[in-house]
Amino acid sequence: MVEKLKVKSASFSYDGKINIFEKVSFSIESGDVLCILGPNGAGKSTLIMCMGHILNLTEGRVWLYGRDMAGLNHRQIAQKIGYIPQRHNPVFPYSVLDVVLMGRAAHLGRLSSPGRKDRDIAQKAIERVGIPHLIKKPYTEISGGEMQLVLIAMVLAQEPSILLLDEPTSHLDFGNQVRILNVITGLAEEGLSIIMSSHFPDHAFVTANKAAIMKQGESMLMGEPDVVITEETMRTTYGVDVKILSLDSDSHRKVCIPLH
Amino acid sequence: MAVSLVVLFFISLFLGRYPLSPNEVIKILASKFIPLQQPWDATAEAVIWKVRVPRLTAALLVGSGLSISGASFQGLFRNALVSPHILGVAAGAGFGASVAILLLEDPFLVQLAAFVFGLLAVVVTFYISRVYKESNTLVLVLSGIIVGALFTALISLIKYVADPFDTLPAIVFWLMGSLASVSNKELSVVILPMSLGIIVLLLIRWKINILSMGEKEAKAMGVNTNRLMAVIIVCSTMITASAVCISGIIGWVGLVIPHFSRMIVGPDHKALLPASLLLGALYLLAIDDCARMLISTEIPLRILTAIVGAPFFAFLLRKSKVGWSRS
Repeated sequence: MVEKLKVKSASFSYDGKINIFEKVSFSIESGDVLCILGPNGAGKSTLIMCMGHILNLTEGRVWLYGRDMAGLNHRQIAQKIGYIPQRHNPVFPYSVLDVVLMGRAAHLGRLSSPGRKDRDIAQKAIERVGIPHLIKKPYTEISGGEMQLVLIAMVLAQEPSILLLDEPTSHLDFGNQVRILNVITGLAEEGLSIIMSSHFPDHAFVTANKAAIMKQGESMLMGEPDVVITEETMRTTYGVDVKILSLDSDSHRKVCIPLH
Repeated sequence: MAVSLVVLFFISLFLGRYPLSPNEVIKILASKFIPLQQPWDATAEAVIWKVRVPRLTAALLVGSGLSISGASFQGLFRNALVSPHILGVAAGAGFGASVAILLLEDPFLVQLAAFVFGLLAVVVTFYISRVYKESNTLVLVLSGIIVGALFTALISLIKYVADPFDTLPAIVFWLMGSLASVSNKELSVVILPMSLGIIVLLLIRWKINILSMGEKEAKAMGVNTNRLMAVIIVCSTMITASAVCISGIIGWVGLVIPHFSRMIVGPDHKALLPASLLLGALYLLAIDDCARMLISTEIPLRILTAIVGAPFFAFLLRKSKVGWSRS
């Protein structure tokens, strides 16, 4: 069986001089949740954008279902990969339904606009993330947490099998962070593969079965969250002392607590 | 809206210097299609077919064209302050026309120069923006401002050296916009590029929604953003340059009609573009009627579009939801 997404010795540079990340290799299978940690400026967003072909790798290759991504166009990639940027700046107050419908673009002809079937799919995606009551509201007049759910519904309407979420919980309050993480876990259980970045080691413990740590100028550390996220790696990555504890003796859930 | 447009078109046909009754107008129009005796004189027929029909058609085309390009540009640039002239079409066309008025005098060459320099300005804008590796709409707008400023300065230079009794007034009047001299011949030249641009924009109008979400977002949704941007810019430029060459520079319509339309039908470009098209046609037709009728001489359109439109827009801003995000 071929991997959904396979990355081999990927490097990226904006200016051709300094590599943002270097020789990154990994692969993603069905139901995988990969949580990428690392300090600001480590290249998390850049790596995620390269996976979605928003940016092109300087070196290395990405295979999507065994096909070299360099040979695919945006439309073909969008049918398999959904991406939500770290920050979305809304301009026009489209209704929630209109926004979610835009997710259908990759499945529509060049000149067509969404029809009844697309509306059904959008409706289902909106219900899937639990915001059917907002369907007619302008998406500029809802809370940050709700807006993130709208964007998730939008990429779900795209019917991808891989989701790239760049800090899906940034700018959200504590409750909304947990709610978004729950949605992500649920989607992974349905077979979607998710690559997300986060600033919280705990998010990796809660949702991910794979964790990676990026740091500029160093190779990416990747593996099971319990193995990758240790007191040692947190100190070398972020320069802070943390204590990693098991939540209770029965489960394997771990938590990461800063010491100072 | 479409009905009121048709009604206004017919009313406009019998408004004007040369008095015609509704009855006569209908008969003259009908005689083209069914054989009727001629109880009217030839002057009336000439007024209808050679003066009013082309002029009103031009008003419809220019109004709808400027509005639909304005709406498309506002979506493309994700900015509600953008007008179809943002990439320098108007300034370029104005410069071309001014030079032609100064040197050549032939009205056809003036229009040709306006068209060519309008396109040229946008091409220059585009290439300046290419200096940066990344395609970025902000850089494009900035380049448009640069090119616009340059051509505006050149227009001033031409005005400065123009004969103050002869060519200077001609240049000034041209720049203020008028539909008074539109003939069937000119109309037949611009109607093709304008309708083509309008049709293509209408066909891709839903995709403008996606582009307006942001470039990254649009790419991730599977849209070839560079190609879509290019199509929108080419269509809008073709429309605007054609409009400018028959009507002179008419500001305000392409900026404000999309806003009116957004207040009525909402921000979805699928509804917004057809609404802008109709409202723009209606607006310029009404404004042109005012230009012909208010006082004994023609009032330049650029003056009226703003004098009538600005207070109305200010009133609407107070009244209703504006249709773009305030954050």
